[in-house]
Amino acid sequence: MKVALFVPCYVDQFYPGAAIATLQLLEKLGVDVHYPKNQTCCGQPMANSGYEHLTTGCNNLFVDNFSGYDYIVCPSGSCTLHIKEHLHSPEKEEQAIEIRKRVYELTEFLVDVLKVENLQANFPYKVGLHNSCHGLRGLKISQMSELVAPAFSKPAHLLNMVQGLELVQLGRQDDCCGFGGTFCVAEEAVSSKMGKDRVEDHIEHGAEYITSADLSCLMHMEGILRRQNSNVKVIHVAEILNHSSHE
Amino acid sequence: MSRDKILAAVKKNEFTQTQLPDLEILTTLTDNPGDLTQQYITIASAGGSFVYEVADMEAIKTILHKEFKPDVKIISGIKEFDEYTYAGAVANELAHSFADVELTILQAGFGVAENGALWLTETQMNVRVLPFISQHLAVIISRGFLVPTMAQAYAKIGNTDYGYGAFISGPSKTADIEQSLVIGAHGPRSLSVFILP
Amino acid sequence: MSNSTTKSHAELAAAFNKDEPRVDWHDETLWWVRAKRDIAAHKLPEWELLRETASQIKNNVLSNLSSYLEQFEANALKNGLVVHWAADAAEHNQIIHKLLADRGINRMVKSKSMLTEECHLNEYLKEHGVDVIDSDLGERIVQLANEPPSHIVLPCIHKKKEEIGDIFHEHLGSAKGESDPKILTETARQHLREVFLTRRAALTGVNFAIAETGEFVICTNEGNADMGAHLAEIHIASMGLEKIIPERKHLGVFLRLLTRSATGQPITTYSSHFKKPQDGREIHIVIVDNGRSIQLGREDFRNSLKCIRCGACMNTCPVYRKSGGHSYHTAIAGPIGSILAPNLDMKKYADLPFASTLCGSCSNVCPVKINIHDQLYKWRQVIVKEGYSPTAKTIAMKAMAFTLSSPALYRTGGKVGRWVFKHAPFAVNNQQNPWFKHREMPKAPEQSFGEWYSKRKEEKK
Repeated sequence: MKVALFVPCYVDQFYPGAAIATLQLLEKLGVDVHYPKNQTCCGQPMANSGYEHLTTGCNNLFVDNFSGYDYIVCPSGSCTLHIKEHLHSPEKEEQAIEIRKRVYELTEFLVDVLKVENLQANFPYKVGLHNSCHGLRGLKISQMSELVAPAFSKPAHLLNMVQGLELVQLGRQDDCCGFGGTFCVAEEAVSSKMGKDRVEDHIEHGAEYITSADLSCLMHMEGILRRQNSNVKVIHVAEILNHSSHE
Repeated sequence: MSRDKILAAVKKNEFTQTQLPDLEILTTLTDNPGDLTQQYITIASAGGSFVYEVADMEAIKTILHKEFKPDVKIISGIKEFDEYTYAGAVANELAHSFADVELTILQAGFGVAENGALWLTETQMNVRVLPFISQHLAVIISRGFLVPTMAQAYAKIGNTDYGYGAFISGPSKTADIEQSLVIGAHGPRSLSVFILP
Repeated sequence: MSNSTTKSHAELAAAFNKDEPRVDWHDETLWWVRAKRDIAAHKLPEWELLRETASQIKNNVLSNLSSYLEQFEANALKNGLVVHWAADAAEHNQIIHKLLADRGINRMVKSKSMLTEECHLNEYLKEHGVDVIDSDLGERIVQLANEPPSHIVLPCIHKKKEEIGDIFHEHLGSAKGESDPKILTETARQHLREVFLTRRAALTGVNFAIAETGEFVICTNEGNADMGAHLAEIHIASMGLEKIIPERKHLGVFLRLLTRSATGQPITTYSSHFKKPQDGREIHIVIVDNGRSIQLGREDFRNSLKCIRCGACMNTCPVYRKSGGHSYHTAIAGPIGSILAPNLDMKKYADLPFASTLCGSCSNVCPVKINIHDQLYKWRQVIVKEGYSPTAKTIAMKAMAFTLSSPALYRTGGKVGRWVFKHAPFAVNNQQNPWFKHREMPKAPEQSFGEWYSKRKEEKK
């Protein structure tokens, strides 16, 4: 199985630890992981701002980088969803279609493709799981609270395999953190209030760490936690799943 | 003419025909064989109605005598209640003349277990404004006239002709001030439902 | 005039957020309504099938709208109703004014109708010497406060009971300082009862109009629509042309969804079916287009016309909850308003599709399954292409797209980016540092993942 690692631009630049953990975790699980080195960005920042028509360059580059793999795995629900829904390439549409079918967010890849049933990981902390909207309602990696349908959560399923980890219950299991790409600056007041309230829910329920399958949400919440000088930290789900203190 | 202009504009922008869905599955799924009376009582009570299971018309009279003083204006759509003004007899009076009615007693066509609603047409109301303008409303229904959900309710209504009909599921209410529920907005301050065997 | 002075959603939302305890209160109140909706929905195992069925009925309506409208008109005429057609808001208002003027009526009572808000009917009639009193309690409150409703189902959800007490004290003579909802509601009851009994004309909205029978249905909890309509000589019902449903039995789908989605009640107190006028009285229906036929022609946006106005998308929307209905500066606020408004005036409402994080909760609660968040995304594309996006943003986006299309530029830009990050604000707009106002910057790492990976590769060799 030949897997390409898709590391979103802001993860590459600001949260390399999450990408390293993703790579190591996949390798531990026996996956042959490749990192196409000319990758940049999925184009979402432009598209969500109304400039999807400017993403052709990004899209073509993406197709060049990620064609020919069995799977493409990404430690971000949001970027994965963007590729799944919006990757088009006028000249190489067939390759784009293949990529859209083969791109997976990390936790769904672990659960649905690798069918991971146990992990050698420990993380002796109380953890709050933040459901990123794009992972949740776009990729459906967890059940959405609005729907009348059976509950499940791929990230929680994996986190429950981690020794010592205790998932805390939240007041609002899937309210948005308010990041929203350029929304976080264009609508600064509402965005930061949303982030503040989301963080508060985790703190109130005793979380020592807030985790998520999406770093954009975590980056937002981290900004708020650090402004509050909180002891609560954010950590990408890959870093927990890859964490072993016996190393 | 705006009519033709609008219809033409709409027609121009209509798209591929899509079929109407089959409602049969929903009707079957909701055709609940359980105790509809108990369900009705639970839900109607939660919606603010007072529900009484009574043996006969006499039992209703006894309750009404206890709840309402004899000197208030009471109108009844039920002939057996001869001590009250019969609605049919005053149906031609000006609607405004009912402004001081304390209680109106009417018969319902049927009730709906899932939401506590009662179906009444103009025939049963005699005067459209009566079940609204009255300070209190009492509705009589027979146990056998309960359906599980609105799916069965509309099957029962079918293509009945009426001038006006309404589902009434409780007393008039509002929660417009800070979402705090207040019974008695513009219509009746109470709804009593009497279920006959 | 109002175009140039209208503030954007972001500005109005920032103002709303100056009073944080109030934001919390607003958010909690609406979240509570959402929670009630969840409880009601979860009581029906067939809920998702019900939504799907409603959605399919509405799709069928939109694909046959002109014939359903004609069928409805023909049947309504047979029933003795009078049918009027209004191409836009102005014609709607004129028709109503003429109906009143012809009968020498200068006072009217009106129950909830978002369409009349959209058409600014009250202002129009006031200018023409007709006094209108809104009879829905929440609408009466905002009318007395001289404000528009902030929510389509809960018009004064933004007001605290003490503020309502003050308004009632000033206008309706309730005791000073009285804020008990029970007492305030009783005050309104007495005041409006007199209004119902003295108005010769009543206007209502329409929740559903049935093509098969020519009847229409109005849903209220207060009974105000019926009180007005049954006591008046003339009942005028204003409806958007998308309110049509094919058959009476389809109400058995919509009435199960509407109130459960709106407030979590299993049904409204009153679901009134108006088919024929009472003897000696008149019922007039005004069917209004006002941009709806244009929206129908917009392939990506037409299914916004499926909306049954339950307000569930507002209650669940974190942006709505934390910015308040008035920040949307349009009659219909929240997610649904943000996909409807640009159809009417793209320039004026260019900000609204951006007043969302695209979290998608709106689409999930929608009882007729409108893909609201997808449409928000699509409106953004249209608004940018039509040139209603700020130039500075376009320039920034072009620069970003250029950099991200080139691996070499990206790698240099990344290093500079991380360095800049230590000293300057996040994201595109760095003039006023909006990120930093309430949030710390991410700490810049020593190396990117790409750099780490190359080194590892070297070491492995």
